[in-house]
Amino acid sequence: MVELWTTYGMEFVFIIAHIMAIIVPLLVSVAYLTYAERKIMGAMQMRQGPMTVGPFGLLQPLADGIKLFSKEIIIPSSAHRVVFVMAPMLTFFLSLIAWAVIPVNKDWALANINVGILYLFAISSLGVYGVLMAGWASNSKYAFLGGLRSAAQMVSYEVSMGLVIVTVLLCVGSLNLQDIVLVERTWWMKALLFPMFIIFLVSILAETNRAPFDLPEGESELSGGFLVEYSAMTFALFFLGEYANMILMAAMAVILFLGGWLPPFGLSGAWIDWVPGVVWFGLKTFGILFFYVWVRATMPRYRYDQLMRLGWKIFLPFTLIWVLVIAGCLLAFGALPS
Amino acid sequence: MSFLRQTANAFLLTELVAGMWLTLKYFFRPKVTINYPYEKGPISPRFRGEHALRRYPNGEERCIACKLCEAICPAQAITIEAEPREDGSRRTTRYDIDMTKCIYCGLCQEACPVDAIVEGPNFEFATETREELFYNKDKLLENGDKWEAQIAANLVADAPYR
Repeated sequence: MVELWTTYGMEFVFIIAHIMAIIVPLLVSVAYLTYAERKIMGAMQMRQGPMTVGPFGLLQPLADGIKLFSKEIIIPSSAHRVVFVMAPMLTFFLSLIAWAVIPVNKDWALANINVGILYLFAISSLGVYGVLMAGWASNSKYAFLGGLRSAAQMVSYEVSMGLVIVTVLLCVGSLNLQDIVLVERTWWMKALLFPMFIIFLVSILAETNRAPFDLPEGESELSGGFLVEYSAMTFALFFLGEYANMILMAAMAVILFLGGWLPPFGLSGAWIDWVPGVVWFGLKTFGILFFYVWVRATMPRYRYDQLMRLGWKIFLPFTLIWVLVIAGCLLAFGALPS
Repeated sequence: MSFLRQTANAFLLTELVAGMWLTLKYFFRPKVTINYPYEKGPISPRFRGEHALRRYPNGEERCIACKLCEAICPAQAITIEAEPREDGSRRTTRYDIDMTKCIYCGLCQEACPVDAIVEGPNFEFATETREELFYNKDKLLENGDKWEAQIAANLVADAPYR
């Protein structure tokens, strides 16, 4: 029995603790991301944002959470009950499991697998199913239209996102997320990857259904899109999943382009090395998230055909050409990763 | 040349950057909103808020039941009944304002010859039931006692413009 405990039990407890160590901070940061979003948007519109609950409204996310937990879950009579309830669970679940491979510091990932980026990409692509299921199962025309739009949108932008990832992979020659961070990049690689970074930023906006690409929700035209029939906990799960996905995509951008947990601008030395990598990782991720909110405060929503045009007629050819350019440069400079 | 400029603008995202720059500038501007229940904006002395019936300094109510306010009220929100008091002076026995009908036009206070009915500076008199908004004479006199200092100050401040 003791042996069983020491060989399997300890391991099990260790993994559970590990998972908790990822999920709890993640959910807290999701809660405070909503707060930060409201505050930043407020400041950009010269408002104060939430101020009443707690000092500077800091307890607002908590109050929102309690409100959503204590409300009634309404399932429309014409909805497909199983799929209707599964959809938010799937969205939430997918946004959490992706975090298993994110290295927030050196060797701090739950699973440092060799195909990390592929895993991430696959999980984030699955995210569309939650929205699709919600759109179909709600049996409402708004939800259905939202689901259709989101399917088309996510598929379109996944293509260019995939090609952007390919350019990074060409430069670093590894699918392992730690290696992607640690492999040294020459200055011309960084210069060549910069336009890809911009495209990646825009694509993750589309991928997470954020403004200006929030057509699946489209408050003003679809009155909430696929979310229209959801209430209380089911809605809260969607909400949490969406924001966790935002953080995930931001973390992905940080890992691919901004050097993960390393100090920014290649700084090094004793005066900066004492800062734990998690801090840098968090700051960089927050930078990307700030950009998300900033864009939302700036841009109006795209029209559907403009969205498709941008995805298929600009991003796709541009990234395709850029893959060739980067591959060509790597060959010409003899810098292909071995 | 214009083609070149257009292409450069498109690829360098100049318009997007300009827009983002603008919102970033606004991010650092002072906020124009106030933290309402804790901070309040200034209110003009002419502000037409909750009604009040005033008294003379000796405690005698000002209203002489002339019913001019009742007559002029465009929403017909005021109901007055009157009869002579024991000492022979004409006083109201009933003075009701239906605050749900009132449109806060201020004509009642314009019509009043003795400055009895006024609209005070209070605008936070929301209630939970409709019945609470049917004000009677007691409630109006109580309002008058409660807000008298501010109402008097407002009348003085506004007097030069009348």
